[in-house]
Amino acid sequence: MLVVGAGPAGLAAAWRAAQNRLRVTVVDDNPTAGGQIWRGGPPEAQVWFERIRSVDVEVINGARVFQQLGPGILLAETNSGVCELNYSSVVLATGARERFLPFPGWTLPNVMGAGGLQALVKTGLPIEGKRVIVAGSGPLLLAVGAYLRGHGAEMLLIAEQAAVLRLARFGIGLMGQLKKLLEAWSLKRDFSRKGAKAQRKTRNLSGCWVSEAHGEEKLEGVTLVHKGVRGGKRWQVECDFLACGFHLVPNVELAELLGCAVENGSVRVDEFQQTTVPNIYSAGETTGIGGLELSLVEGEIAGLAAAGKHEAAREMFATRAKQRKFADLLNRTFALRDELKHLAAPETIVCRCEDVTLERLRAHRSWRAAKLQTRCGMGPCQGRVCGGAVEFLFGWQPTSVRPPVLPVRIDSLLATDKHR
Amino acid sequence: MPETVTLVVNGVSVEMPAGSMVSAAILKTGMHAFRRSVTGEPRGPLCGMGICFECRVTIDGEQHCRSCQTICRNGMDVQTEPQKAQE
Repeated sequence: MLVVGAGPAGLAAAWRAAQNRLRVTVVDDNPTAGGQIWRGGPPEAQVWFERIRSVDVEVINGARVFQQLGPGILLAETNSGVCELNYSSVVLATGARERFLPFPGWTLPNVMGAGGLQALVKTGLPIEGKRVIVAGSGPLLLAVGAYLRGHGAEMLLIAEQAAVLRLARFGIGLMGQLKKLLEAWSLKRDFSRKGAKAQRKTRNLSGCWVSEAHGEEKLEGVTLVHKGVRGGKRWQVECDFLACGFHLVPNVELAELLGCAVENGSVRVDEFQQTTVPNIYSAGETTGIGGLELSLVEGEIAGLAAAGKHEAAREMFATRAKQRKFADLLNRTFALRDELKHLAAPETIVCRCEDVTLERLRAHRSWRAAKLQTRCGMGPCQGRVCGGAVEFLFGWQPTSVRPPVLPVRIDSLLATDKHR
Repeated sequence: MPETVTLVVNGVSVEMPAGSMVSAAILKTGMHAFRRSVTGEPRGPLCGMGICFECRVTIDGEQHCRSCQTICRNGMDVQTEPQKAQE
């Protein structure tokens, strides 16, 4: 069995499959295992890393799957060349990326994703004393804010676009898990790490978003909008970093390349996490944004099912159902407000790879037409950044995926011929 | 003492904890323009996870390396685009 993605879902699938005597290989783009959420190996991940070590699983890091040669054969690019991955079953646990929305100034250096800035700090960026604003949407914002503050950032504000604070107050019938999360918004302080220097408290605002980032060669400040009970408020704040992401978008490109059906932006799976293609399974955020716990249980079910242990898999269905219910509530709670569709000005860049402005996109009726005429979505990221934006802005759906699913070296393309 | 590595960004030496990414090292030097966009805008890291390709730089002579997916090594030579457009 091959697992693509060494995040929680992938590791859970690998562990269960290997326990049940499948020969398992895990392949991942990142230099280390753990996915985005377990980057840097936090304590809560150790139990899973230990489980993987306790079974016979081969983990290949720094390998980017880019091409399917034929049924059961994938090619991945590594720093030392192309490796061929053969499988009789595969679990696609390719995770999710942040959704980015364009607003004036969002292309300035030091404007990053919320997870983006956290990843940089986890991998060596000193953030102590830097003035940071975390903005956008989703449960990630609070976690990122707490993390950055714990590492000495001067956290000026955490701005959630959804009106979650109001939901927290009037949240009748909310599930406990969600209620707890929303209540975190009402906490005035202090989620810094124990022992961290006393800092002034971070403001959490809901119904608040960044309407513009200012600066010449890099970020110097932002304009914020807060839609409160008594009308709105607009003001400017100077800062060093803006960490801004609008919840998550599943990474479905590889599943599409393998012919798996995608519905509403997520890979369609049956009760055993099998996609519409036999022996191709999918688990975690790839099948719909649902967070860590859902990813783990989906991964375990996929691993068990791939190993033929359907009864054992069935025993985990109740846990998955509960986590899915929570995920649905979460996704509804953090639904994006319409005002965000009107942040970008005509001259604001939407496609950062090809510098295509909103004005140029407006002239077209589909993403396909826009791509043909403007090159929107045709640069190195292959629409992974602007795709989530144009879906929200114009309701455009991504068009067919073609190999290679991400940019590779010419050498790797030549090697494809050799492997044939 | 945690182990450190030293690399060179645009001729400037920078010391990082072992296991750090090149993207973090570049920002630590105070430089912010990793590349220039097709219309000449300065760009830096966005996603931090290898998706957006905004953080690509030249590492040891190889162009278009994603600095957020490359671990710092001793003696590594990193080149960004000019920090100022007119340079």
